[in-house]
Amino acid sequence: MDFLIFQAPMLMVQASMDGILLGILFALIAYGMALQWGVMNIINIAQGELVIMGGYIAYFMYLSGIHPAFGVIVSPIIMYFVGWGMYKLVINKVVDKDLFTSILATFGISILAQQLMNFAFGADVVVAQSNFGTTLLFDNTVTLPNAKIFSGAVCVISAIILVIYMRKSKLGRAIRATAQNARAAKILGVDTEKVYAATFGINAALCGIAGACIAITFTLHPYTGLPYTVRSFMIVIIAGLGNLPAVAISGMGLGIFEEWADYLLGTEFRIAAVFSLLVLILVYRRFKLSRKREYLK
Amino acid sequence: MSKNTFLYSGLIILGLAGAFIFPAYKLQMSFLYILIVLAMTWDVQGGQMGYNTFGNILFFGVGMYVASSTQIAMFFSLAEWTDAGGEKTFVHTIPQFFQGFGVGILLAGIIPTIIAGVIGYGILGLRGHYFAICTLALGIAAGEIAGGIEIIGAGQGMTVPVWPKGFGTNASSSQFMYYLSFGLAVVTFITLKWAYSTRFGLVLNAIRDNEDKAEAMGIHTMRYKIIGWMVSAFFVGIAGGLMGHINGYIEPTEIAFAGPTFGVFMVLMAILGGKGTLWGPLVGAVLFHLFKEGFWTYFLGWQYVALGVLIIVIVVYFPEGLMGWLREKYPERFGEVIDEADRKAQVELK
Repeated sequence: MDFLIFQAPMLMVQASMDGILLGILFALIAYGMALQWGVMNIINIAQGELVIMGGYIAYFMYLSGIHPAFGVIVSPIIMYFVGWGMYKLVINKVVDKDLFTSILATFGISILAQQLMNFAFGADVVVAQSNFGTTLLFDNTVTLPNAKIFSGAVCVISAIILVIYMRKSKLGRAIRATAQNARAAKILGVDTEKVYAATFGINAALCGIAGACIAITFTLHPYTGLPYTVRSFMIVIIAGLGNLPAVAISGMGLGIFEEWADYLLGTEFRIAAVFSLLVLILVYRRFKLSRKREYLK
Repeated sequence: MSKNTFLYSGLIILGLAGAFIFPAYKLQMSFLYILIVLAMTWDVQGGQMGYNTFGNILFFGVGMYVASSTQIAMFFSLAEWTDAGGEKTFVHTIPQFFQGFGVGILLAGIIPTIIAGVIGYGILGLRGHYFAICTLALGIAAGEIAGGIEIIGAGQGMTVPVWPKGFGTNASSSQFMYYLSFGLAVVTFITLKWAYSTRFGLVLNAIRDNEDKAEAMGIHTMRYKIIGWMVSAFFVGIAGGLMGHINGYIEPTEIAFAGPTFGVFMVLMAILGGKGTLWGPLVGAVLFHLFKEGFWTYFLGWQYVALGVLIIVIVVYFPEGLMGWLREKYPERFGEVIDEADRKAQVELK
């Protein structure tokens, strides 16, 4: 097992390429989480469910005969309104309460969403066929499905659009102002309620894009949302809030780690590796911070 | 005082006689006692200490696996047992069963306690939501890892030794489990009631109210946090060991490390009853169990939808819980003195 890395070095290149393309997806989801965390101080456990929901929209298009790649346009639009409705129904009541309340409330949403998706689409693992073909690299030793390259490109483009939007538009400025100081923004005439709803909607839309990409590159299942939440949480705590390059890099790092763990430890330990890594990172962070505190003393 | 004595003795008599009054519901009531233990021990962290953990399910699962594995491994080969998958049967004799059971349950308490002590130093240093998410990940990681270990049956799970033939009647197995879980619930209640009345309880509340200040006052908060977690782990581990026997079958992610069910139930029960109170989790567990059984029986298929809605409704509209609501309504019953002038001044301010 341990020697797999020497026996088949090309496999590791393959894993790394897969990991980078996967990591871009994670980074996009994590960016959404960082956005709402920074602006509203909410950790959304239902983030993964929003992703899966976005994926099912693309899958639904595939079922009705439309090419699922158009899902990356349709699904964010629908998901924006899903997120907006979610904010209006539940989240606006927990915004100013403590964080645990929001964690538990969104946990409830996540259980609810899982079950509703289970009713709507069944408990089978599904995939939307894109028929994009594959690209072969390095003497045909590394195979990359074009769908993955497509989804990576979509994620990069949408991240760039979002960054420009946040910099230039009026709503983007309002969101950044609210993130810095909600009260001051309110005094200066920003409708923070609207900003919060829009932030949550944008987050859901990002999840929608990522979900549509996942639908054509990987598999969908109603109960696989939570790992996406944990991954994005992990990326956000490594990268920090509002640091997009760091989010992208740690997203790719996580993707590579995961693919390597998949090859070296076996697929059955993949999710375990992700969750254990989160625990290790948090504990490491805690000791690092406590050293800093002692130094200050 | 006499009123309290009446209440306690009434509850104990009800619990002892319960197996005979409702013989058909023995299993349900054993579940209820396990749930009470889970809710009360969650409240040590979540309510009294202000550390909202999703990770107590880790000790539940570890206790479950430890109890059954010990009982099997003392007399048979564990690998053969899990390999057999029902084709080959291993039968414990009567003394073997009870020896194994006793040692298993004891270890099911001790090993999670040790685990809590070892990982506690790293994890309890986290605060707020970092702690919550870290413990959530801990429980799920444990389930996934247990699902990959061959000797305890991997993803298939393992069967638990069955009640030895020829000992007592058919009903004595469930009766035995009923009284053990009832005893566990009573012991947990008494221990926690005593612990909350000592300095330990005060320190836990001080940590909840302001940890930095408590530290500045010279309290070794980390020590108390770890001890609190170890107490929880001990009782939850034993509850897990009993749960394995009540269920008769262990499966890594759905039963042992069942984050989405038991892991959330314990939080929900404590909040429903009112976290941070002695009676709250108990009342919450009873209410929740009634709700859950009703829904699981009559609306099968919709139970998780109901659970999701219930979580949202409780957390958003009812965060104080039943006891918190009663406390606000009748503060004098809880031994709180209200300064009327101060209260009026506050009302005017609003």
